[in-house]
Amino acid sequence: MTDLPGPSPKKLGLVIDLDTCVGCHACAVHCKEWNSGGVAAPLTDIAPYGADPDGVWFNRVHSFESGRGAEGRTVHFPRSCHHCETPACVTVCPTGASYKRAEDGIVLVNEDLCIGCKLCSWACPYGAREYDYDSGVMKKCTLCIDRIYNEALVDEDRVPACVATCPVGARHFGDLGDPDSHVSRLVESRGGYAPMPELDYKPVNRYLPPRSRPAPSPAAALAPAPTDAEGILGWIDRLLSR
Amino acid sequence: MHPALSVIVFTTATGAGYGMLFWLGMFAVANGLPPDRYFAPASLLLSLVFISAGLLSSTLHLGHPERAWRAISQWRSSWLSREGLAALLTYIPALLFGMGILVFHRTGGIWALFGALAALGATVTVICSAYIYRSLKPIQRWANGWVLPNYLALAAMTGALWLAALAAFSGVEPPTIVWLALTLIFPAALLKLAYWNYIDRTGSASTAETATGLAGPVNLLDPPHTAENYLLKEMGFRVARKHAARLRRIAFAAAFVLPFLLVLTGLFAGHSARLALFAAAAPLATVGALIERWLFFSEAKHTVTLYYGAARA
Repeated sequence: MTDLPGPSPKKLGLVIDLDTCVGCHACAVHCKEWNSGGVAAPLTDIAPYGADPDGVWFNRVHSFESGRGAEGRTVHFPRSCHHCETPACVTVCPTGASYKRAEDGIVLVNEDLCIGCKLCSWACPYGAREYDYDSGVMKKCTLCIDRIYNEALVDEDRVPACVATCPVGARHFGDLGDPDSHVSRLVESRGGYAPMPELDYKPVNRYLPPRSRPAPSPAAALAPAPTDAEGILGWIDRLLSR
Repeated sequence: MHPALSVIVFTTATGAGYGMLFWLGMFAVANGLPPDRYFAPASLLLSLVFISAGLLSSTLHLGHPERAWRAISQWRSSWLSREGLAALLTYIPALLFGMGILVFHRTGGIWALFGALAALGATVTVICSAYIYRSLKPIQRWANGWVLPNYLALAAMTGALWLAALAAFSGVEPPTIVWLALTLIFPAALLKLAYWNYIDRTGSASTAETATGLAGPVNLLDPPHTAENYLLKEMGFRVARKHAARLRRIAFAAAFVLPFLLVLTGLFAGHSARLALFAAAAPLATVGALIERWLFFSEAKHTVTLYYGAARA
């Protein structure tokens, strides 16, 4: 049933640190690699070596300019499913293919029930769902459900592929429903936030904002030399100004 | 949003079909169906053809049409599911109503009750269709109060125009149906103007800043991929946006202005001229409605575009 389960105490999700992300796209590539053979497989590519390649990815890294001029900075922004608490992608599904797990809050698609009407992708404000033109069904991030519960893997690999692979440790996985988990403490200490709160989808994932840094002041360095400098530089200045 | 032809045809054709069914049922209740051998059977059959062709068309854009039957299962949460269920349930009173007309040549008593139930089913189905779009929060141009009245008014108008055309063919003197069709053009046209006015004057609450949560102004430096993906193909801007202003004028003329003039002229024309004029008005209005529906999709903007360089959706 695409009715939502009641709020679950366990809310598995990602915390993504926009301060440390370097925009290397390794998370997106490992996601693609793992999920090409996982439960959501295949992540179809159409004409991958052609002039106009297309394909399904669960994770996309956008690079934004935030602010302007001296205040501006480049922010790399990985975008994937937020496993929302009130996901309209689930409730609009006419067949019951989309569902939210009661036990951990993960939002999944049952590909055997999906009719490929695409309405769920319209209902998602974040663009988390991508349609597979080849298999005719909708695909989305599974939070690597086939890794995190996979007892054949060693503990450190039982996290989503994007988290396991991040070279700078910008991605964190855990239970955001537990206020004492390491991800919840990160969110608390760094002021983690969810995007587009005005639409009230209640995302579980959080972004950690870029830290504020003392702004460099190129203006001062580029200004003409002061005429009242002291010390040896002042003496040279006075000497050369004659 | 990508204007899938099958969905445009579906909403326009079922709109006209359910509009016809609604008015047929209402006229049966009011005992006002013209006492003609051909008018009611022909009207009912045409409305069922429109509805059935539209429903079949809607399955064409599915990835797995053979699983379409599953779509009626989630009526508790999904407007798409409710629409499918309402459409199927409406066939029951519609076919019984049709049996009265075609087999027993009766539209009174119990048959009028079936007509009333068919009219109710038609209304509910169109409401569900509108709410599929009305309920999508990421698309501000759909998630507003103008969508439902526009769907209802256009269905009522196109349905009445087709009935007026069939009335002319049946040789019925200008009956109430023709005056009704003429009158219904006004609310449909005004509601469309109000909708266009609304979407031109408002924007989404979501911006590139709320979508990223970053300090503004936010603009895209590097997109995540160099070729178009599903998101951009499905939710990016399309051809019709470029010609939106001209297409709006064409849609308005074809859907409202010309049908009004044709029907009005037909009222004062001789029999054969009236036949031609009424017969032209209904298909012309339907073509106008198709263009209007195309615009409804292609002018709609999705919040995902905020991640691809749009400042507002």
